Amino acid sequence: MKPPLLQVEDLHVWFDLPDGRELHAVRGVSLRVAEGERFGLVGESGCGKTTTILALMGLLPPTASVAGRVVLGGEDMLARGERTLAPHRWRDVAMVFQGAMNAFNPVRRIGAQLVEPMELHGVAEGAAARRRAGELLERVGIPAARANAYPHEFSGGMRQRAAIAMALACNPKLLLADEPTTALDVMVQAQIMELLVALTNELGLALVLVTHDLPIVAQTCKTAAVMYAGELAETGPVETLYHEPRHPYTRLLFAATPDLDDVEGEVVAIPGAPPRLDRPIEGCPFRPRCDRAFAACVNAPRLVAVGDGHLAACHLNAGVAA
Amino acid sequence: MTTAELVEAPPVPVAPPSFFTRLRRSPVLSSRQALVGLGILLLFVLTGIFGPIALPHDASLKVGPVFQSPSLAHPLGTDGGGADMLYLLIDGASVSLLVGFAAAAVSAVIGGLVGLLAGFFGGRTDIALMRLTDYFLVIPDIPLMIVVAALFGRSLTNIILIIGAIYWTSTARLIRAQTKTVRERVYVRRARALGAGNTRLIVRHVLPQVTPLLIANTVLLIAYAIFAETFITFLGLGDPSKISWGRLIENAFQDDAILNNAWWAIVPPGLAVTVVVLACTMTGQAMEDAMNPRLRAGHLSVRRFRLRRWPPGSP
Repeated sequence: MKPPLLQVEDLHVWFDLPDGRELHAVRGVSLRVAEGERFGLVGESGCGKTTTILALMGLLPPTASVAGRVVLGGEDMLARGERTLAPHRWRDVAMVFQGAMNAFNPVRRIGAQLVEPMELHGVAEGAAARRRAGELLERVGIPAARANAYPHEFSGGMRQRAAIAMALACNPKLLLADEPTTALDVMVQAQIMELLVALTNELGLALVLVTHDLPIVAQTCKTAAVMYAGELAETGPVETLYHEPRHPYTRLLFAATPDLDDVEGEVVAIPGAPPRLDRPIEGCPFRPRCDRAFAACVNAPRLVAVGDGHLAACHLNAGVAA
Repeated sequence: MTTAELVEAPPVPVAPPSFFTRLRRSPVLSSRQALVGLGILLLFVLTGIFGPIALPHDASLKVGPVFQSPSLAHPLGTDGGGADMLYLLIDGASVSLLVGFAAAAVSAVIGGLVGLLAGFFGGRTDIALMRLTDYFLVIPDIPLMIVVAALFGRSLTNIILIIGAIYWTSTARLIRAQTKTVRERVYVRRARALGAGNTRLIVRHVLPQVTPLLIANTVLLIAYAIFAETFITFLGLGDPSKISWGRLIENAFQDDAILNNAWWAIVPPGLAVTVVVLACTMTGQAMEDAMNPRLRAGHLSVRRFRLRRWPPGSP
């Protein structure tokens, strides 16, 4: 079997709080993403999804400290922090930011802003870079002539497309998309997702899709990981997660998604809120909200294999390991 | 009864952090610069309040020969009138600090009001008030002080009002700029849509947002005001019946302290002014750093995360 394109092992992120304490935002996340794979990272707000991928990009603020291994194509990008990460940023790993519609400088033309990463990373310059900017726009479904437009002349969906074009500027192997469809209407959402799927298919790009929108993950991704309180609750093929969840959080998360075929069925919310991360968590972090918590849950569960490529961190799986 | 089930599990009450906890965590008090500045200020304020009461006799009483050098009985020597310099210095602190704080308060009120009104209403109000501000900004301050002192007499109140009336311009411009940004925030527009009047909008929604900046600016103004009081009094325009640090320097100058080699009559009041001005500047700047988002460039310095060994102790 080929080694995975991206291998994250035991990634931790801490943030310094102003009062001297720490917030342990990402608590030992391990992921594998194969070449050309579409991988979904789902979870509630504040569970560490965005922090995880910002750590992969090395874009965390000075208040953050990071530990763990992030192996891309055989090389540990985090080995010496920024020094080993910088050569890969945008060249190998590119990102579509959350709220990317607002990620453009309002007073510069879209084309000029697309040229910027190419020149910074020595991919193309001058006329060649401008030609490439036009090609990238065409690639995401915007006429090349629109490179002369200003961001405010684009609609929200077009700006999101342009943001994707910018992520493609240096031919990355891995694209990180942070909530790429938030704040877009459903039609545009569908088009953006179609575009991302087409790009991964045609360019052989791997995609890590961060979202809280489960149906989108179910439609586009082959594998997914469910995050809770900075940890992985469960990871595996999307189909398996949907039909045979082995962690109550995954099950409740899918149950909390309204179903079009079953309009009579109730949408069930998960009561309570995720635990605070600025203090140690004892036992299973989901225990206070779990409908099936039992005595063993006072001990923190480990992520164990429960099926083919399917891992879950829940004591209910004790004795049914694959 | 179903309501019983609903109240069965009350949420664990989380007490809001106490006043002292919030004080300890505030960005101003966690800065060493601000702590040192505040400490020095507190020391001088306490001296100014309790010092004159604690003195055994009137500070200007003749206690020894003229320009006696420092001794055990008079640690800072005596001035040109034979009065104890240390007592004079303590007595002067109350006047100097009173003028400083009061004049800064006058400045803050005028500047805050002008800035709030100009920033909030904009348009013609803004133009009129800002041109007025420009006018005050270009008035040469020392000649104006001399003229006002000559016209209205040399009293403490007049000095406070003159200083306050001259130094409010920078406050007005700062508050105006901040008000303009706050006014456009969504919650202010929402409050207006809900029917809040201008007074309510300014008092409830805009003022709380600009107050921290106003306070920081006022602390910086105290430094200017104390300095201004010193040089006004040195120029002989101060209240003749009150002893302040400026008066001490003026007296020393009039009595030819330099010719008598009496450094102790000049240096201590000058040093006191310097230290208080420095303390105000340190405190005010630390407060401004903590509150003015434009001075905080931290968010621009991306990619400075640190690596950590994990688990602790691994190679």
